[in-house]
Amino acid sequence: MRLFELRKISKRFGAIQALNDVNLQIDAGEVLGLMGDNGAGKSTLIKIMAGNFRPSGGEIWLKGEQVEFHNPLDARQKGVEVVYQDLALCDNLSAAENVFLGREAKRKFGPFSFVHYTAMFREAARHFAELKSETRPRDLVRQMSGGQRQAVAIARTRLSNPDIVLMDEPTAAISVRQVAEVLDLIRRLRDQGIAVILISHRMPDVFAVCDHISVMRRGAVVADKPIKDTSPEEVTGLITGAIEFA
Amino acid sequence: MSVSLEQVARQREQTPVRALLANQSIWVTMALAIICLVMSQVSNVFVTEDNLFNITRNFSFIGIIALGMTAVIITRGIDLSVGSVVGVSGIVTGLVLHAGHSWWWGMLSGLLTAVACGLVNGVLIAYLNLSSFIVTLGMYAVARSLAQVLSQNRMIYEFGPDEKIFATIGGGTLFGMANPFVVLLVLVVVFMFAFRYTTWGRWVYAIGGNEQAARLTGVAVNRVKVSVYMLSGLMSGISAVLLVGYQGAAINAMGTGYELRAIASSVIGGADLMGGAGGAYGTFIGAALIEVIRNSLLLAGVDANWEGTFVGLFIVFAVLLSKFRELRSG
Repeated sequence: MRLFELRKISKRFGAIQALNDVNLQIDAGEVLGLMGDNGAGKSTLIKIMAGNFRPSGGEIWLKGEQVEFHNPLDARQKGVEVVYQDLALCDNLSAAENVFLGREAKRKFGPFSFVHYTAMFREAARHFAELKSETRPRDLVRQMSGGQRQAVAIARTRLSNPDIVLMDEPTAAISVRQVAEVLDLIRRLRDQGIAVILISHRMPDVFAVCDHISVMRRGAVVADKPIKDTSPEEVTGLITGAIEFA
Repeated sequence: MSVSLEQVARQREQTPVRALLANQSIWVTMALAIICLVMSQVSNVFVTEDNLFNITRNFSFIGIIALGMTAVIITRGIDLSVGSVVGVSGIVTGLVLHAGHSWWWGMLSGLLTAVACGLVNGVLIAYLNLSSFIVTLGMYAVARSLAQVLSQNRMIYEFGPDEKIFATIGGGTLFGMANPFVVLLVLVVVFMFAFRYTTWGRWVYAIGGNEQAARLTGVAVNRVKVSVYMLSGLMSGISAVLLVGYQGAAINAMGTGYELRAIASSVIGGADLMGGAGGAYGTFIGAALIEVIRNSLLLAGVDANWEGTFVGLFIVFAVLLSKFRELRSG
């Protein structure tokens, strides 16, 4: 039994066939690299896995059960978390508040409940420590480096204890040193038994951290193999179409 | 591990003193203190019980409205309709009292009218995704016009059996302070608390910081947006009811120009029209500063027409100050 599986997923937008019988599998503690050129169907596929879109056909299986995601919150409740490309952080709030945004820790006084800052700071500090990030819970996100911002966005996914974390281009817009930091964060998630699907354009990052790679071209998966059985040259060929299938 | 989690959780990037100095409301408080200090030397009337009583009462009406305005501005919105809402809410209150109903009916009808205006604003802005500037500009015209229609351009007075009670609500005193000022103080504390310690408050800031992020993380963005416009309406209603009581009459021009003074109070107090920043204490101080400037010019014998120039300069100066600090903190 696979942890998470897409079976023959297809998606049509009117006359356009965006996805065509896509199969994808991932196990706990595995990092899957999802590669493809712009327009290959990666974004559509992510949105289906995150609950933004319903597939036109095919099945999603999670922990041996067939599931349907009605919306992003539903997908999250069922165990799929997403780290968005722009990270979806509020610059004017602290790291801890961002981690807990939308599900703040509360303390009850009779019929009233109030935001419980000490609990949020403590919990956020614990998550950052787990990720071995030096992010401080009270700091405003505005003043943080790209790597720290990633840590905040990733710590947020840890709150719901997800089975799968989808990461959309996490290393696209940050410095080389911070890329290393983010790759470390991905390895930490993997070590905790989480399945990570990494969507990226950057070949070196994918080869540095992924166990498995899937290449998409024109709405279909054209290659699906362990990273050790392929090479950057082959993947480039698959992405561009120079190599038809592997 | 060399440092414990507890230590990390307690670490701050700024010492409390530096955090305080980075807060615009502190600088405005200092400016206010300096003006008061100078005035106490220049004029022997400034620090008299009567003058202080008048100042605090005068800025309370604007201050109450500005609290609601600040909540709207933090979500990156604007409410241009507050002055007109004061007008229509005051007229409704006056008419209900004039018809011989009790003081609490008068008050309730005024507040409900104002909240209804806010509800319309909020629904159009949150659910139809219209610009807050345009929607509230529309309400600005509609509410003022309704006030004129309802009042048939008459002044409304003779408030029936509860006239005395109503006059006391708006014009009376408590602990030596004008009632509107007491209401303002209570509301400032309530807002300070709500902004910081309720999820609603944190969501208001989150929406102003990054609305898309708030939505993706499950914040009920639309409902919070509707709530801030309703709250802004409610504050205008409270101000209107107090004004009607204080003045003993309702006219449809009531509240004219209040929207700009309320926005000025919020902005001087640190609210950012780009969203995500602002606070209740700052708003209070901002409203106080405007009134103190007005009062000071009056006492110093300066032509009252200069008031706008001084207040205007202060608004621009306050925004410059915040930009300057932003640049420095990088």
